[in-house]
Parts: sequence; structure tokens; C-alpha cells
Amino acid sequence: MVYAIDNISFAYDSFNILEGISTQLTKGSFYGILGPNGCGKTTFLDLLIRHKKPNSGRITFSGTDLSKISRKQLARKVALVSQDFYINFPYTVREVVIMGRYPYISRFSSPSSKDLDRVDSIMEKTGVERLSDNFITELSGGERQRVVFARALVQDTDVIILDEATSNLDIRHTIDLLDIVRKRVDQKKLTVISVFQDINLAARYCDRLVFLWNGTILAQGKTEEMVNKGLIKKVFDVESEIRFEPLYNASQVIFKRGAHETL
Amino acid sequence: MAQRIKTSLYRHTAWKLLLLLAVLAVAILISAGMGYLKIGFYDVVNIIVASVTGNSERIKDLEEVFRVVVMDVRLPRILSAVMVGAGLAVSGCVYQGILLNPLADPYTLGISAGAAFGASLAFLFFPEAGLYAIPCFAFSGAVVTLFVVAWLSSGKTFSRDGLSSNSLILSGIIVGSILSAGISFLKYIADEEVSVIIFWLMGSFASKTWTDVWILLMIVSMGSLIVYFYSRDLNVIALGGRMASTLGINTGRVTMILLITSSLVAAVCVSVSGIIGFVGLLVPHMIRSMTGPDNTRLIPVSLVAGGILLVTADTITRAVLPVEVPIGVLTALIGGPFFCYVFRRNHLRNRGK
Repeated sequence: MVYAIDNISFAYDSFNILEGISTQLTKGSFYGILGPNGCGKTTFLDLLIRHKKPNSGRITFSGTDLSKISRKQLARKVALVSQDFYINFPYTVREVVIMGRYPYISRFSSPSSKDLDRVDSIMEKTGVERLSDNFITELSGGERQRVVFARALVQDTDVIILDEATSNLDIRHTIDLLDIVRKRVDQKKLTVISVFQDINLAARYCDRLVFLWNGTILAQGKTEEMVNKGLIKKVFDVESEIRFEPLYNASQVIFKRGAHETL
Repeated sequence: MAQRIKTSLYRHTAWKLLLLLAVLAVAILISAGMGYLKIGFYDVVNIIVASVTGNSERIKDLEEVFRVVVMDVRLPRILSAVMVGAGLAVSGCVYQGILLNPLADPYTLGISAGAAFGASLAFLFFPEAGLYAIPCFAFSGAVVTLFVVAWLSSGKTFSRDGLSSNSLILSGIIVGSILSAGISFLKYIADEEVSVIIFWLMGSFASKTWTDVWILLMIVSMGSLIVYFYSRDLNVIALGGRMASTLGINTGRVTMILLITSSLVAAVCVSVSGIIGFVGLLVPHMIRSMTGPDNTRLIPVSLVAGGILLVTADTITRAVLPVEVPIGVLTALIGGPFFCYVFRRNHLRNRGK
């Protein structure tokens, strides 16, 4: 068990964002979090990385209360790839990726050759090594996103959290990124918790899906059981057809149109 | 190979730092010999060595007035200028790092306006207690302003997300404008005291004493050590609050510590020397092109460079120009246009990409 989440709620003042969320996330699985805009997906991730604290309920990480784990310890266990990433200072790409090793390097020492080997091999795998000496301020949104992804991999964590990590990427880089992650789930028992907008990508890559709706979990379970017309209608308010795609060995959704046929 | 590049970069910075320190030492010594009474370089060295070691053998051929001028008049002023320059530069680095904005400085948050308002109050209501009242009031003004600005920008997201840089800058501008209007009002009702206020506001190192030097040394060095301790965290904060959280940093706490520390440093500098603009803005900006944005390198180099810049500027106004121009006016007159040039150049370069 990586995360055990017991009846957590989160609110700004009296405005409830999340209410009564309970779920368990196990090691070596790829979880997809899906739901309409404003349903609380990002806040849910913020609670998992301890960027925000739940108002009530309990989150345990590997059996320990999340709030009792030191931030530095947690930084060696959980990494985040977020979508809205912008740096105003001209760090080079390599410098940014090296920051992923900070949880392992003491405050006043420079990175060891082991740290740097790790950085270089990940940069090669994620295809950002040719950007190595470029300034992060001069990259396109998609290139920046791949740098952030490399930085997260360099952190060598058991858990990677993706917050719409592919939203700025073209289709080839999207598939590359998710393939790398999927491979690590299968081979290294990595746990991935990813928010998706694209339900077909989620259906193709995830082991389990969690549907958030209006601050609560509407449904959760194995991907093949979750991808069905009724649930999609309920969560997204869109009519659809489900087709099995043998190439992916997964179901894919074909959308018709919104339930409110106003046009 | 990669390792070699990295280490050579660090060694590079160490050399630059040593070189700048040497330049600073030479600048101090040359400056101490310049002025109405010209004193030779070696005489200055001898006077300082003799005074520090207490061995007056070395300067028995020199007139007493030389020693007095160097030790009691010029050195306190010169060292105050060095320390204020260093302090303003370091707090500039911190503000730019926290506000995620390479164009921020100690003045963006209205800290200087707060100090100026406090000092103006002291000039107006406690003119007889001047010597002690002014630094105290300036300092309190700066600290109160910092907390008002932090409180204004915090709101409900404060406890969870830390301070947002946009709301900090906005709050700083709002509070700063109110305080400026307040200063104008105080000047208006000040009658004959008004010239004292105006001169203080323009900034000066004239008639600084060893007491000023010791206070500055204590606050600036302690502040710089704290800032340096958190300099790597400041790098990560540039990635944004959420990202910093997952890299093991308590963003809210580090931000508060750094903000308070650098504001105290800036407040002490302002309370000793009056308003000296553009040092905190320009120095980190220029040094960044030399060391890169990594704060573990940027902060120490900026510290020394800030000292050099301000001692040079102060020497120019004291000993080179025919009339002593207030230092704050000089830095703004030279720094302002220079900054326009740097800003425009970077702007064009970025657009070209």
C-alpha cells in the first residue's frame, strides 16, 4: 500500500473542494484520475504531495501519517510533474534537471559524479540532452514540460504524480512520455498517479481509474470496468460509444455529442 | 567530463569572488586617501595597520591629523558605504528570487518608503533626539510596512500556499504610494524642518561613525549568512511553490524567513544611509549575467559587488565631484539610465529568439 486515504475533506473557507474522499493506492499500479473541470483533481494531488493539508481525515503514506514524514524524506519518495511550469530566471536545462537531485545532496555540497551520471542518462532517455545548455526561459511549452519530466525522473522516487503532464506535448512526445512511465510501472514497480483530460489516453495506459465528480469519488476500479457509456454520461455529461481497440488491448471511447442537444 | 565542467564552474566563481574581494580592498584603501586632504596609498595602509595593531611606530613621521582623517572620518564613512551596498545587493537577490521577478528590489515592497516615512516622522516630532530617533523610527517604519504588505497579500491562501508574488508586488506598490503621499504631507507641514527631511531622503554617508559601522556589520553579516544558508532553497522556489514542495522545501516558511531577513537588512541600510535606489536592483541583475541565476553563486558575488559599487559611487561624490551630490541622487541618475539600457537590450534579445 502506497497511499491510504481515509475520509479526507478540503475546503477554502466554507467552500468545499473535496468531501469524504476514501481510497487506497497500491504499489506498482498506474492510476488515472478523471473528472470534469473544477471537480477537485488538482487539489487532490496537492493533498498527496502535502502542498495542502486536508481539513479532516487522514492520509497515510507507506503506513506512516503523511504529515509526520519530513519533507525531505517525502521528496525522495514522491515526485511531481505539473502542467503550469514557468521559470523567470535563465537557468540552463541541465541545471533545472539537477535540481531533481537536491533531496539527495546536502545543502552546501555540489552534486557527486553519481548524481551527474544519473542526470545525464535520464536526459538522454527523455530526449532533452540536446537542450542541455539551452536556457529554460527560451524553450517552448512542450520542451519545458519534458525538462520537468526529466527532473522528476531524476528524483528516483517510488511514486510519480502527473498533473496533466502531457497537456502541452505533441502526440509523439505524449506517447514517448507515457511509454517511459508505463515501462517503469511494469519493470520497477513504480506507482503513477496521473490526472488526465483525455479519457482515451487514460484508458490505454492506466490500470485503474478514479472518477472525481463535484468533490467526491463517483466511481473507481479497474480500467476495463470503468470505461462504459453510463459512467461517462454521468461524469462528463456526454453521449458516447465504447469500442475495443486490439492494438492497445484497451477500450476506447468515441464521443457523440453533449447530452444537451441544443445545436 | 561533466563533473569537470561543473567543478570548474564552481572554481570559476571562487576566483571571481577572490578577485572582487581584492578589488574591494584596493578601492577602500584608495578611497581613504582621496579627498580634500590627499594621503598616499602606503601612508593609508600604515595608518590602518598601526591603528589596528596599536603600534604607532610605523606612523611616527606622519601628522596626527592624517590619522584622525583616515580612522575617524573617512573609514567609517567608506565602510558604511561598503556594508550598505552589500546589504542592499543581497536583499535585492532575495526579493528577486522570492517574487520570481528579476526586476524586484528592496523598494518594490514599499520597505524603503516605510523607512522614509518613519524617519520623516522622527524629524518632525523628535528633532532634538535626532541621532537615535531617526534610525529607530526608520527601522520601525520598514518593519511595520513589511507586515502590512505581507498581511494584505496573504488572505485565505496564505497558510496553505505561502505568499503569492503578484499580490506581494501589488500590495507593495499600494502601500508604497500611500506612504509617499504621507511623506509629502509631512514635508508640507514641516515648515523649516523640511530641508532636513529632504536631504535625509536623498541619502548620504556624510558623518557616519564607527557605531554605524558596527551596527551595519552585525546586521548585514548575520542577514547574509541566513540568506546564504537558504540560497539553494531559493533556487528551487523559482520552480514554483508546488514544485518546491515536492523537492523537500517548506516554501511558506522559507519565504517568510528570507523575506523578514532581507527586509531587516534593507531597513537597517536605509535607516543608516537614507534612500539609495537602484543598487538592490542593478547589482544582482548585472551579476546574474556573470554567474548565472544559481543563488549559491549569485548571492556571495553580488554582496561583494554591491560593496564595490557603492563605495565607488560615494567616493566619486565625496572626492571627485566639485560639489557633493547626495549619493541617492547619484545612484538613481547613473543607475536609472543604465538600467533602462540593460532592460531594453535584454528585451530585444528575448524578442529575437
